Amino acid sequence: MTDPENKSSISTIDIYEDVSDWDVNAGGNKVVAKRMTGRFRNLKWFGMSVWLIYFLGPYVRWDGQQAVLFDIPNRQFHFFNVTVYPQDIWMLSLTLLFFAILLAAVTSIAGRVFCGYFCFQTVWTDVYTWIETRLEGDTPQKAMKFKSAPLSAEKIGRITLKHSLWLIIAMLTGLSFAAWFTDAFQLWKDYFTLQAAMPAWIVLAMFTAGTYVFAGFMREQVCFWLCPYARLQSVMYDQDTLLPAYDAERGEPRGKLKKGQLDSGKGSCIDCRMCVAVCPTGIDIRKGQQEGCITCGMCIDACDTIMEKTNQPKGLVRYASYKELHHNHDSAPVFKRPRVMIYGLILMISFGGVVYGFMNLSPTEFHVVPERQPLFVQLSDGSIQNKYTLRLLNKTQHPIEVQYRISGLEGATLHGLDDLVHIEPGRINQLTAFVRVEEDAVNQAISPLVFTADVINGPDIQIRYESMFMGPN
Amino acid sequence: MSDNKNNPNEVSDTGHEWDGIRELENPPPRWWTISLYLSGLFVLVYFILYPSIPLVTGSTKGLLGWTQIKEYHRGLEEIQAVRAPFEDRLAEMTAQEILEDDEMRNYVIASTRVLYGDNCAACHGVGGQPVPGSGYPILNNDDWLFGGTIDKIVETLAGGRAGMMPAHANLLTEEETDKLVKFVIDASNGEATEAGWKLYNEKGCFACHGADGKGNQMLGAPNLTDRIWRFSGEPDEVRRTIMHGVNDASDPRTRIAIMPAFNERLAVKLEAEEFGDDPEDYFDGTETERLTETEIKKLAVFVHQFGGGQ
Repeated sequence: MTDPENKSSISTIDIYEDVSDWDVNAGGNKVVAKRMTGRFRNLKWFGMSVWLIYFLGPYVRWDGQQAVLFDIPNRQFHFFNVTVYPQDIWMLSLTLLFFAILLAAVTSIAGRVFCGYFCFQTVWTDVYTWIETRLEGDTPQKAMKFKSAPLSAEKIGRITLKHSLWLIIAMLTGLSFAAWFTDAFQLWKDYFTLQAAMPAWIVLAMFTAGTYVFAGFMREQVCFWLCPYARLQSVMYDQDTLLPAYDAERGEPRGKLKKGQLDSGKGSCIDCRMCVAVCPTGIDIRKGQQEGCITCGMCIDACDTIMEKTNQPKGLVRYASYKELHHNHDSAPVFKRPRVMIYGLILMISFGGVVYGFMNLSPTEFHVVPERQPLFVQLSDGSIQNKYTLRLLNKTQHPIEVQYRISGLEGATLHGLDDLVHIEPGRINQLTAFVRVEEDAVNQAISPLVFTADVINGPDIQIRYESMFMGPN
Repeated sequence: MSDNKNNPNEVSDTGHEWDGIRELENPPPRWWTISLYLSGLFVLVYFILYPSIPLVTGSTKGLLGWTQIKEYHRGLEEIQAVRAPFEDRLAEMTAQEILEDDEMRNYVIASTRVLYGDNCAACHGVGGQPVPGSGYPILNNDDWLFGGTIDKIVETLAGGRAGMMPAHANLLTEEETDKLVKFVIDASNGEATEAGWKLYNEKGCFACHGADGKGNQMLGAPNLTDRIWRFSGEPDEVRRTIMHGVNDASDPRTRIAIMPAFNERLAVKLEAEEFGDDPEDYFDGTETERLTETEIKKLAVFVHQFGGGQ
């Protein structure tokens, strides 16, 4: 038995030993990731190509207009032949919910897929580093050699070219963002004639600076220290989640090749550090799952290549669940994982809601607001009058002619709405109406009353609003 | 940052140690240090540019000369610039024209609420319905003392109005008063008797209220045959109106019913125009203008749209 003091000091030393093994990536050493081909590299290119929509989308036309346009000044969202107004904002909420849960579901099944293949930080950084490695060398050694080389015309040229390309991409990024919110072709003209609106310049400046700094300089530091998703997604893992992992049981103890041959008695890992060299965030996957891992699978490609060369089976580093690696049995199928099933249920509900919303997009928005102060007025002939404000929004693409009527209350007459009402597309028409009922006919304080707007010139649309009529006693 | 040592055994410490845990001398990350200094710089610049250091009276002004009240005025100018096109057009239009123009009418209804609240709501209530029993005219029904057309409302607002029912305490016997009180209440319910009408005519009430009891808007004499009460339909209140009158200076218990003038100058101008004369000949220089002509027009449209406008 050791005395307590001794025990405590031993554990402290253990901690220090442990800590000395940690490598906190605070950006001190620039990560120059080697590029290799492979399955996951192809997958990554595919994921990245999705972002072409971001750059090209604004130029798609539909019916002579921009197909997808977030028209903020006019409070309209055009999506092909559908126009969504702020009144339908609940659909946006469901869409956001859908993607938020999709992120959670995917993370639960296969880890940070978003981070590895789709995230703009990952994608832009990949493009930026691709340019950099082309110009300055694709290994840390070459990069260091380039950096320490004496200043020459060629070196200056290469550096200038790199930053120019970076800035062009950054500016295109900002311009493309702005293009979703205004006519894309007009925006180009406005920028080049210096006539663009102030918000457009601010967007361009912020996105250019943001892209240039984040993708050019901060890179994986954003994933490590800025991104909330990175931390959020990590807690969505469970023991069934598939993640790029190093099969330590097979790989350890690692040992270098001896005279080009595998060292007998050692594991499969030949400690070539290829997996580290290709990692865009500079981590060593062999140390286990860690926050820096964006699960891009580059290490899998690298290790598979090495395994092939050394005539060993592939998959020393592979997508595997904790259960598979540590308990030797396959992860549970998706439908047996309550977490995934619940995510799936929410996904279906929110997606169904959006589909329902688009199918049942009302061509109008009708509200009747009864006057509250006073609730009712007695007129000189003793009858009771209520005042209403009617608001009708025309969400169709064409002007409509509307005739109002009331129903549901015996003896009620409508005043002030005799004429047809003409409403331009996208406009709200606001009118004041009065409803009168003979004094004797009002026998309760609140009676139901229905306002109906009949569209005379257009499609057969039922526009009803259930309101009420207030009276004394 | 590259000088950061992760291995605690390689880093010097401050000499502080608790149970084997040493306080290391790792510097904070450089970006963090830079941020700290930048924050300090920001505060310094802010102190110089904006009012910041409190003094005994007031504070330092700052180089930008920013104050909250200036910002408020700038905001006010902005909203006035938005309203200017409407207000300019309003100045050119008559109240009648405003009423007939959908866009301008909606603008007036939306923008006049505050003006009405400041000048009218104290007596006439927020929605044109005064507190019951307060004795102020209701604005949102179809019963008008001086007329409910838009021009009449403008006239009322501009020049003000005063009721003029004489006190009858010395002119009627107790019995006649009782009968007239009953007659007035019956007339309102459409149940007036022949005898009642006879007395009404004998006592000269018809002179102002009309042979049919429907009042006279030239004089502001109310209609006695409708269901609306100028003051109150309670017998005691009706008796008080008959005995002591309205605005009768000879009777200390008389009712007071005066609508103040909000633009006497406009009232005089309207009067001159009615006779086809040059308003300049009519002005005597003493006319008050509590509200501008445009404001009067806006209020007239606003009141007209309460529901009773004719």
